[in-house]
Amino acid sequence: MSYLDYHVAQVPTGWRKILYLNWPLVFLVTAVSCIGFLMLYSVSGGDIDKWAGPQMERFAIGMVLMLALAFVPIWFWRSISGIAYVVCVLLLVLVEVIGHVGMGAQRWLVLGPIRIQPSELTKVAFVLTLAAYYDWLPVEKVSRPLWVLIPVILILLPTGLVLMQPDLGTSIMLIAGGGIVMFAAGVSLWYFAGVIAIVVAGITAVMESRGTDWQLLHDYQFRRIDTFLDPGSDPLGAGYNIAQAQIALGSGGWSGRGFMQGTQSRLNFLPEKHTDFIFTSLAEEFGFVGAGSLLILYVLILGFCLYSALTNRDRFASLLTIGIAGTFFLYFSINMATVMGMLPAKGSPLPLVSYGGTSLMILLMAFGIVQSAHVHRPRG
Amino acid sequence: MRKSEREIAESSRLITRRVLMLGAIQAAVVSALGLKLRSMQVEHADEYRMLSDGNSIKIRLLPPARGLILDRNGTIIAGNEQNYRVTLTREEAGDVSAVIARLRHIIPMSDRQAAEILEEIRKRSAVTPVLVADRLSWAEFSSIALNAPALPGVTPEAGLSRSYPRAGDFAHVLGYVGPVSDYDLSKIENPDPVLRLPEFQLGKVGMEAKLEEALRGKAGSRRVEVNSAGREMRELSRQEGQQGATVQTTLDAGLQNFATQRLGSESAAAVVMDVTNGDILAISSSPVFDPNKFVRGISGPDYRALMEHDHRPLADKTVQGVYPPGSTFKMVTLLAGLESGVINSGSRFYCPGYTQVAGRRFHCWSRGGHGTVDALRSLELSCDVYYYELAQRVGIDRIAAMARKLGIGVRHELPMSAIAEGIAPDRAWKRARYDQEWQVGDSLNASIGQGYVLASPLQLAIMTARVATGRAVAPRLVRAIDGQAEAVPEWPELDINPLHLRTARAGMDAVMNGSHGTARRSRITLPEWQMAGKTGTSQVRNITAAERARGVISNDQLPWNRRDHALFVCFAPYDMPRYAVSVVVEHGGGGSAVAAPVARDILLYALADGLPPLTAYPESERAKVQEMWSRMNLTPSARKGEGRARA
Repeated sequence: MSYLDYHVAQVPTGWRKILYLNWPLVFLVTAVSCIGFLMLYSVSGGDIDKWAGPQMERFAIGMVLMLALAFVPIWFWRSISGIAYVVCVLLLVLVEVIGHVGMGAQRWLVLGPIRIQPSELTKVAFVLTLAAYYDWLPVEKVSRPLWVLIPVILILLPTGLVLMQPDLGTSIMLIAGGGIVMFAAGVSLWYFAGVIAIVVAGITAVMESRGTDWQLLHDYQFRRIDTFLDPGSDPLGAGYNIAQAQIALGSGGWSGRGFMQGTQSRLNFLPEKHTDFIFTSLAEEFGFVGAGSLLILYVLILGFCLYSALTNRDRFASLLTIGIAGTFFLYFSINMATVMGMLPAKGSPLPLVSYGGTSLMILLMAFGIVQSAHVHRPRG
Repeated sequence: MRKSEREIAESSRLITRRVLMLGAIQAAVVSALGLKLRSMQVEHADEYRMLSDGNSIKIRLLPPARGLILDRNGTIIAGNEQNYRVTLTREEAGDVSAVIARLRHIIPMSDRQAAEILEEIRKRSAVTPVLVADRLSWAEFSSIALNAPALPGVTPEAGLSRSYPRAGDFAHVLGYVGPVSDYDLSKIENPDPVLRLPEFQLGKVGMEAKLEEALRGKAGSRRVEVNSAGREMRELSRQEGQQGATVQTTLDAGLQNFATQRLGSESAAAVVMDVTNGDILAISSSPVFDPNKFVRGISGPDYRALMEHDHRPLADKTVQGVYPPGSTFKMVTLLAGLESGVINSGSRFYCPGYTQVAGRRFHCWSRGGHGTVDALRSLELSCDVYYYELAQRVGIDRIAAMARKLGIGVRHELPMSAIAEGIAPDRAWKRARYDQEWQVGDSLNASIGQGYVLASPLQLAIMTARVATGRAVAPRLVRAIDGQAEAVPEWPELDINPLHLRTARAGMDAVMNGSHGTARRSRITLPEWQMAGKTGTSQVRNITAAERARGVISNDQLPWNRRDHALFVCFAPYDMPRYAVSVVVEHGGGGSAVAAPVARDILLYALADGLPPLTAYPESERAKVQEMWSRMNLTPSARKGEGRARA
């Protein structure tokens, strides 16, 4: 497949591309980010220099990068997808060797002034690779076992490396993200049914293994599962975070306690209130109205992405948009489900809102690629 | 290589189908999230709100200021002073030992104290403020406040603490306050939560303890927001407490000071009572102690010194001490005789110096005897034999009944600690107490206030007041609470023939003013303040026949604790009684020589409301009195009337 597939003549060129951006998506992403600045300002107790300021700077840089990537023709991404994949895998190996230890796992790579999380980069890069693979593969072959095995290996290689960090959360995200691309590409549903059956059996085996010599998870991971199953059982120990998060969330009520009035977040009852638990601060201060609005904004972002994918006749562009949108969906739904006590706590940020440079910038760059797909879609 | 249109269409169809399925799954997940959000924030919001408030809002008590205690003229005798102290919180201090080291440049602190404080800070939670030093001077306090940036975690606090500006003068009657102990808490059924505040002070003994409820006041409260570490972030609302009630006593600070000074270092007690209404003007026990030391936490050596002192400074001898009243009891026996009709005021007995009863000799204090003695002379001369004869005729039960009528052997309610009842013994009492029959010898001993009879100085003052007025006067210590005057009851008549009372009073007058009166030297020479009284000297040991044969040893030759108690009761003016005074000097020797001058001086001070004019004293006494006044360490306000004294 080559750029010849595109009706290059009909694709906007130069600065005219700016008119063809998916503008609703730009506004939605900006709106969600602004909610993030507001909440970071609030949970810092009105200290703009603490979190909100740096976050705004990174957002500004991220937006420039997003627009820059949007201008890059979509076929460029397809061309480099293989290289991007290899680079990411190498970085994952590197982080294993010289990585900076944070929060009990090796995730950071410090290169001069830049600190990057290769696992974040991988989430986007391997979506590109899978999309390119299915673009290349003739449609009728997608469900043949051999052609299914190749993307499975492409998914499992970085997943295995991430799991060694050890970062179970991101590993699951990678598998789910890859699964979404495979699903959208049309791989037979029987494979998915089979995988689900194996996962259910696997979970059963893991839980059964607890306490035996061949225990399959770390003790702290088992404790997280316990905490998830009954957060009230240990409100001052492992369940503290979840219990306090739920109190914050529930106490917001319909319209919340008001901006900067959330007692749970301001008084430090909430852990990680500027990162993983920022949704609870939002829910506490702006109530169901505020939290529901954010959920609706997320759904709109998702909707515009999927609509863009549906109307794009280019298979690569379509699949990568679905893959990025799917990863985005996994991000916010897992975070929300976690703080609401529907999933075990595993430390994932709320996309575009949580404080964190790498996450925000990579997400914006990913949206830049989605924009690129939108701008350069086949016309005529 | 280009894809065919067919291929592109096939791909699009497939993607569309799968995206719709994916969208459906995602919509289901989002719906689940939305529903969960709604259930928590709309349906169960109230439960979570309650948990959230419980987390972050705490109620802190504001200790109320303790009520003041005033004397009858409004002088503060128990007040509150600012107590400047500093506390240290580990969480904020960081390097605790460095902060302590810097603090030691401002507050003097021994190495041991510093080590103790460090240990205490280590033991407590990081956010609990630990007391580092209290009772700082204003200079130290302001210096710490000024250097706050260099002293992280150090908080200067100003609180109130009880203080007794008159030091020892009121130590026994007021008692003192102290920190609340676990034992204190265990005694109270539903302890006021304010009692659990670390610096809170509770009345421990005396009036402070008895009027605790009125003096304590009501705690205020602050609603504060705390963070997850328990640190206070801001105050939400504040409700000031209510200061305890101001208690105005019947005491007179000047008179109390004079009485205390007059007792000096003796182990003694004095009570001054207004016979018209029962007001206690002075109630002094000596030696005194400084209650301020107890409030501040008395040091081990200081406390041991008080405990081991043979004059027992901590005991309140005015109400807790009971003594054989000796001859001051003779008015009781006389009135019992007159009331029963066994004798009249003209009846006489012959005193040969002793009485022989049941094979035993009971001696009169005068070995040579008093000859023929009537009622009046029996008091004037304090003839024992007269009362031995009387007792045999009246019987102990009627004497005991009269004693109780006059206030001895009866409990008098005052807001003071451990008030003793004394003993007015009778047949039933001895049977119950010793399971023995009453002997006639017991009656003889009781008739002169020896043997089983015991009375406190307070009771002796009451007895004197009742004899002086013929009414059942009872003591009062509280004049008003929060400006609300305590009503003075109309004291009922005593049901004693006024003529008989007049005989007793005339006898007491003769003690002072008769030509042979035992206390003639201590009389008051100003006719408008003419004084009546009665001496008492009570033995604290039995005099054996062998000793008596050798001659009774004089008190000076005995060790202090085996000498006689010296007692004196009196009232004045004779024809219009106003004040009654009782004085007991433990192991002081003779009542007339030791107790009478003390009682006279205190009585005169009460009558003159200050130092009296010297003309009130017999000429021979004046120089001695003036010299004594100059030696006394009176407070400036208690020296009132001194100019009049010189004039």
